[in-house]
Amino acid sequence: MNGDKMRILKTAMLAAGLALASFSVTSPAEAAAAPAPQAELAPAPEAELAPAPGAESATQDAAAAPAEEFEYAVPVEGVGMPDGGIDLPDQVTEVGRQALWFHDALLMPIITVISLFVLALLLWVMARFNRRSNPEPSKTTHNTTLEVIWTLVPVLILVAIAVPSINLLANQYDLPEGESVTVKVTGNQWNWLYEYPDHGNISFVSNMLEEEGEQAEGQPFRTDADGPRLLAADRRLVIPAGTTVRFQITASDVLHSFAVPAFWLKMDAVPGRLNETWVRVDEPGVYFGQCSELCGARHAYMPIAVEVVTPERFAQWVRIQGGSMPGDDTGDEALEVDIEGAEDAPTVEGEVVDQAAVDNS
Amino acid sequence: MTDTAATPAHFEAHHDETHDEADHRPGFFVRWFMSTNHKDIGTLYLLFAIIAGIIGGAISGMMRMELAEPGIQYLQAWSGQEGDAAKHMWNTLITAHGLIMVFFMVMPAMIGGFGNWFVPLMIGAPDMAFPRMNNISFWLLVPAFLLLMGSTQVMGSTGLGSGTGWTVYAPLSTQASGPATDMAIFSLHLAGASSILGAVNFITTIFNMRAPGMTLHKMPLFVWSVLVTAFLLLLALPVLAAAITMLLTDRNFNTTFFDAAGGGDPILYQHLFWFFGHPEVYIMILPGFGMVSQVVATFSKKPVFGYLGMAYAMVAIGVVGFVVWAHHMFTVGLSLNMKLYFTAATMVIAVPTGIKIFSWIATMWGGSMTLKTPMLWALGFIFMFTVGGVTGVVLANGGFDDIVHDTYYVVAHFHYVLSLGAVFGIFCGWYYWFGKMSGKMYNEFLGQVHFWLFFIGVNVLFFPMHFLGLDSMPRRYPDYPDAHAYWNEIATYGYWIMAAGMAVFFVNMLWSLIAGKKAADNYWGEGATTLEWTLSSPPPYHQFNRLPKID
Repeated sequence: MNGDKMRILKTAMLAAGLALASFSVTSPAEAAAAPAPQAELAPAPEAELAPAPGAESATQDAAAAPAEEFEYAVPVEGVGMPDGGIDLPDQVTEVGRQALWFHDALLMPIITVISLFVLALLLWVMARFNRRSNPEPSKTTHNTTLEVIWTLVPVLILVAIAVPSINLLANQYDLPEGESVTVKVTGNQWNWLYEYPDHGNISFVSNMLEEEGEQAEGQPFRTDADGPRLLAADRRLVIPAGTTVRFQITASDVLHSFAVPAFWLKMDAVPGRLNETWVRVDEPGVYFGQCSELCGARHAYMPIAVEVVTPERFAQWVRIQGGSMPGDDTGDEALEVDIEGAEDAPTVEGEVVDQAAVDNS
Repeated sequence: MTDTAATPAHFEAHHDETHDEADHRPGFFVRWFMSTNHKDIGTLYLLFAIIAGIIGGAISGMMRMELAEPGIQYLQAWSGQEGDAAKHMWNTLITAHGLIMVFFMVMPAMIGGFGNWFVPLMIGAPDMAFPRMNNISFWLLVPAFLLLMGSTQVMGSTGLGSGTGWTVYAPLSTQASGPATDMAIFSLHLAGASSILGAVNFITTIFNMRAPGMTLHKMPLFVWSVLVTAFLLLLALPVLAAAITMLLTDRNFNTTFFDAAGGGDPILYQHLFWFFGHPEVYIMILPGFGMVSQVVATFSKKPVFGYLGMAYAMVAIGVVGFVVWAHHMFTVGLSLNMKLYFTAATMVIAVPTGIKIFSWIATMWGGSMTLKTPMLWALGFIFMFTVGGVTGVVLANGGFDDIVHDTYYVVAHFHYVLSLGAVFGIFCGWYYWFGKMSGKMYNEFLGQVHFWLFFIGVNVLFFPMHFLGLDSMPRRYPDYPDAHAYWNEIATYGYWIMAAGMAVFFVNMLWSLIAGKKAADNYWGEGATTLEWTLSSPPPYHQFNRLPKID
């Protein structure tokens, strides 16, 4: 056991660049983290407010062992979340920006012009060809030239839309070569399970944070530092900026859909299927999404909260979770301990195992 | 065609049919419950659609009340329960609203109601080809509706009613639960069987019972629209029936058609559903196209511009409508090639639709228009359907769709083509033919007030949903982050404006039926040229006992 703990300690120290922590300090930290790992991950303000016993000891731990604390960012109002406006959210990926341009610069102007053109024609015929201004109706029923024009012009407009549309689709499916981080996302009724198979099998469940007073006994509640109502989650999915992140998405029970509007990302989570998609986010920040496929009573209550961090901080986060970056030589023994510690999240282990069986079928 | 037994000399249009009406008119029960008369059955369908529309519309009012501000305000009180059971009620509401409006309001009104009433009249036929089958078509719909209503009062999964959405996607619909979803599925079976029988009847009637001289290319466009619709129904509904039957066996007999654990595939259900579901949206709009064509021609006092183009545009929409279904599934994990194909195929539909829009405008061009109530609805239809159509082109792009898929943008889009498209078409036909069906004229002033209130109301109701969708508010959510509060509040005001318009409509109808002016045979004058205007208002109980002859 001592050896294992020493290894964890070593990785933590490496990550933070601190050599001050001692074995005697980390021991209670480990013990406190086991019953309430959420508290360890909770943003600082919440740890201060939360009355749960786990949270209290976590605060003490934070003071005693700063190396173990990961500073989660505070979301910026209007960034990565709905802003009440009338347009699409700002995009933080290259593909997203291309898609946004496609909509804002091409589709919107075209459909606005077409709608106004039809409206103008309607108003014109109402003004010009009503009973008073034109008592004698013409009997014209054909005009081949006109009919050819209003068949061909829409075709040309559609071709003008189709070319960038095809280009956008192709780019969305074009996974960049090189290093990537893989995250397995599993939708459950009604939370998300995130796993990092290439990072020492970090695995945790993300639940919506309830409002103060509505949360279950001993559970944390939402503060503004977590994010807006209905969007804040107790544990955020953390991914590195500037790196390709592959999402492998599935579900354990019914359909769900993993959506992050700021990444132009939406992929259904289907039991028995492993849907793959990818993002490459430039900007660190906190970005929110919501389940986008009807999944039962609490469909509106399983948000997606993604924190994008620099690759260095990602490595730090991974090590704090007890995982390892690819290429690290920390062995598997270290992982076992930590998974046991993190595993208390409200998931049934059997469920996860079942899911693996389903995936293989 | 098949009228070989007839020699033209026998057929001259005649109006003196009052003696027929005096003969053998059945008693109340036989007339309305064992009806074989296409006009009576049409009336039953229309009454049914009105009742279903009131219920479906009331449900949407409940949803708008709940969505008017953030947080859950009413669901606990309405369901009498807390927690998940109360939230489940939201899913029951959306499911019931969708299914009622599609299967029990729009379809019965357009096809069962106006189709039954006016297809035989317009082609110069005495009745439908299979009058008793016509009757069973209607009476299957009643138990179907009762089953759907009943399903909301029995246990679903986490609360009362079936909370699966109108798409009934597996595996949510196959999860262990009470009998609510079984009842809803069986309701769809019955409604589907009703529609298939109706479709067979319309196809046979239109192909075999046209008056002499009424070639296919002389048929009024409304008849064309019902013919194309009937083919869509005949080809699409059996696929739905198969899919929901597999749901039933998955639910009750441990089959695993849609269960990955047994080798099935949830996505298979979606393919089957949308193979039906996409033609279904054209089923709901095509008869509206037909009615708008009749009305635009009548009130412009001009024949329809580009008649053949109009007819074959509908045929093209029907055919292409069968090969675009997976654009409803852009986020399920389709391959790149599939998304490319379904993007391109979907956009193609814009071409025949554009032909129709421009041909309607060309029909009015050079005309001598009177802006009576039916024409207002037709003009509203053309513009609002254009708006719903262009957002359809936007959504057709598989690369774009990801961000707004399953958001309020989609809700806005399909309400623009259905609530502002199909429903405008229904009101257009209703005001156009109300005098013909009832023998009494509606009140023109109240009709126009109804139009303007409804037009403003639904636009205030549905246009902000585009903004909500672009701002990424997902569908089927009873609650939303506070940022979405503003446009949701506006949308709810729109609902009340629309509801006020509906109140005016019902006042108008009651007033007109009681005290309306007697309708003349052809109250629209020279622009109305189809055969129903050669008959009295209302038409005799049996018409065209001697078939009219078309030049």
